[in-house]
Amino acid sequence: MSTFLGMPTVRPQPSRPPRDPLRWGASFPHAAHETLADGQLRANLRTATRTIRDKRRRVTAELDDWEQLRDAGAAIKASAMARLPDLLTQLEESVTARGGVVHWARDAAEANEVVTGIVREAGAREVVKVKSMATQEIGLNEALAEAGIDAIETDLAERIVQLAGDQPSHILVPAIHRNREEIREIFTHRMGDAPEGLSSEPRELAMAARAHLRARFLRAEVAISGANMAIAETGTVAVVESEGNGRMCLTLPRLLVTVMGIEKVLPTARDLEVFLQLLPRSSTGERMNPYTSMWTGVTPGDGPQEFHLVLLDNGRTRALADELGRQALHCIRCSACLNVCPVYEHTGGHAYGSVYPGPIGAILTPQLLGVGEPGGPAGAHDPTGSLPFASTLCGACFDACPVKIDIPAALVHLRERSLHPPGPHAPSATDVSMRVAARVLSSGRALRWAGRAVALVGRLTGGRAIRWLPWPGSLWTRVRDAPVLPVRSLAAWWARRSLR
Amino acid sequence: MRIAVFATCLVGTVAPRAATATVRLLERLGHTVDMPADQACCGQMHVNTGYGPEAMGVIRNHVRTFAPVLDGRWDAIVAPSGSCVGSIRHQQADVARRNGDDRLARTAEQVSARTYELSELLVDVLGVTDVGAWFPHTVTYHPTCHSLRVLRVGDRPRQLLEAVEGIELRELGEAEQCCGFGGTFSLKNSETSAAMVTDKADEVVATGAEVVAAGDWSCLLNISGALDRRRTGVRAAHLAEILASTRDEPWQGADL
Repeated sequence: MSTFLGMPTVRPQPSRPPRDPLRWGASFPHAAHETLADGQLRANLRTATRTIRDKRRRVTAELDDWEQLRDAGAAIKASAMARLPDLLTQLEESVTARGGVVHWARDAAEANEVVTGIVREAGAREVVKVKSMATQEIGLNEALAEAGIDAIETDLAERIVQLAGDQPSHILVPAIHRNREEIREIFTHRMGDAPEGLSSEPRELAMAARAHLRARFLRAEVAISGANMAIAETGTVAVVESEGNGRMCLTLPRLLVTVMGIEKVLPTARDLEVFLQLLPRSSTGERMNPYTSMWTGVTPGDGPQEFHLVLLDNGRTRALADELGRQALHCIRCSACLNVCPVYEHTGGHAYGSVYPGPIGAILTPQLLGVGEPGGPAGAHDPTGSLPFASTLCGACFDACPVKIDIPAALVHLRERSLHPPGPHAPSATDVSMRVAARVLSSGRALRWAGRAVALVGRLTGGRAIRWLPWPGSLWTRVRDAPVLPVRSLAAWWARRSLR
Repeated sequence: MRIAVFATCLVGTVAPRAATATVRLLERLGHTVDMPADQACCGQMHVNTGYGPEAMGVIRNHVRTFAPVLDGRWDAIVAPSGSCVGSIRHQQADVARRNGDDRLARTAEQVSARTYELSELLVDVLGVTDVGAWFPHTVTYHPTCHSLRVLRVGDRPRQLLEAVEGIELRELGEAEQCCGFGGTFSLKNSETSAAMVTDKADEVVATGAEVVAAGDWSCLLNISGALDRRRTGVRAAHLAEILASTRDEPWQGADL
């Protein structure tokens, strides 16, 4: 396919388009095996994540009340989740009163059906899109394509990803896995109207994209967006962005459809104060984002004259039922946790096999799909079940999160859920060895015997390092020596010392 | 003070020198040290691997062993590990409660309130930063994730190290980045772990230090294993070993 299109150097990542945007590819360790081998990818990621990370650190450090802002963000989200049904019906009433139409979608299929129906009724064959995780999550572009509707992403990085046939590998910077040389290739071969002799200079690339997108903005009849926030009290929907493409989509077309995860609702307009500070500083590392668009229903003679709001569940109420895990719904999609995560920095986003990569993805995706529930994915070797294990629990994500989601605690909890599905199941080899280990580690006596056994091996190996161990120890000795073992056990040392 | 040492299961079996150094250090500072025989493990490995229910027996044994601190048998409990103290302080009671043992949870909370990581005990409880140590080597310090972000020990280890005679501290690049150990992560996601520890080892080598130090043997096991494999000659020392080292009893860098 790629040869046919004349672009041998840039292959889509992953190579086949996923059927489910929340679950594709192998388990995390297997997927990471592929991405870790890509030196170019690792170099791109290292530079990019470190740059954003440093910017974020600078702009959050300059606010005296940053910690209080985080507390406020966490508290507002927790209280909104506690009365989510009320807030959502209030939002529906507010939006309807201002001339909008509200739709409720239980899952991806329902949401896609609603949106496709609206676009079809409007008679449009092409729609412009504002970058949106919710529409990524439900595979809306693919659903529209099946209905013969061309959905054009207008965020620059999202457009790159779309033209390349890739999946996004980062929530905020979806093309973080591509460098500018690859982007030049993608534009030249896939954009259709790229200028002759395009170079990989960032300015030239941006100008090419600008001209390409401008033509589509001006002819668009229908736009589709997500939402960063929606205010229950007023019915106001907000989109925060950097490039102005969002503003174009939200103001020029005749008809606007917004797909919004139900957890994005906030009680009052005053709550915006907190999130409009937390979000830009945590995501792009800016004090303020260049474009903040807000609209309330329909305003005659100004902006889209028809507005539809699709409220998407798709596993969110399921996540809400988990007392500890539900905090994943507080996420404002800033991606600060991705940028500070040492695992993400090494493996990249595609290893997570979901549109939600990184630490937040590792707790959100399993919950949206009901990990460990009857009939749900389970086990450390399942693509979804393996996600909570894709972390060293180093805690960098928790410290970076603007709404203080305790990601490490949620990861541990979801590991337990993943390994303990309801009903009888045959224990795995790990289950058995962990049960045996628990017996030894519950007894001082047993552990002293273990210490003596280790010291015996220590005497036999005589202070030499062990460079190779059989499986599973080989997983350790792949790049490390095993420790030089003690020749006398701690218990023996202590006993002799106590005699003195 | 009467202090009980919780060696931790890893140090107790594989690296006793962190525990023996802790004992020698505290005795040198004039304290009475005990090492309760029934101690084993805090339960962290099981809990963090998703075996919370299976960890109940481990936690029960730990709490039972150290509960005499509540009756005044000891004044404090210390462990040479930020990670294990983190689990004792932030996980044990939660796991007990979620598995329906409220009584265990309450006792675990009380015991954990008397349990300290080594640098916390020295700086906060004993009020000492200069422990009279002598360590004539160049050292780079890896602060470890759980000491930093679970216990928030801050610069306590640094205060202690800076007071050591003869030491030359070298700044570690990207010091706060995880070394890639992560307990069973190092086996379950061994390739990612390998990539992470390779970066950490690179940073250690770049400092030119003779010794890499940390407050957790688990991380040190990982970092020094990678350094040894590459034959860098950089040696590993637990914070306790550096603080226990004196002119009379200098650091040997080997176990028992």
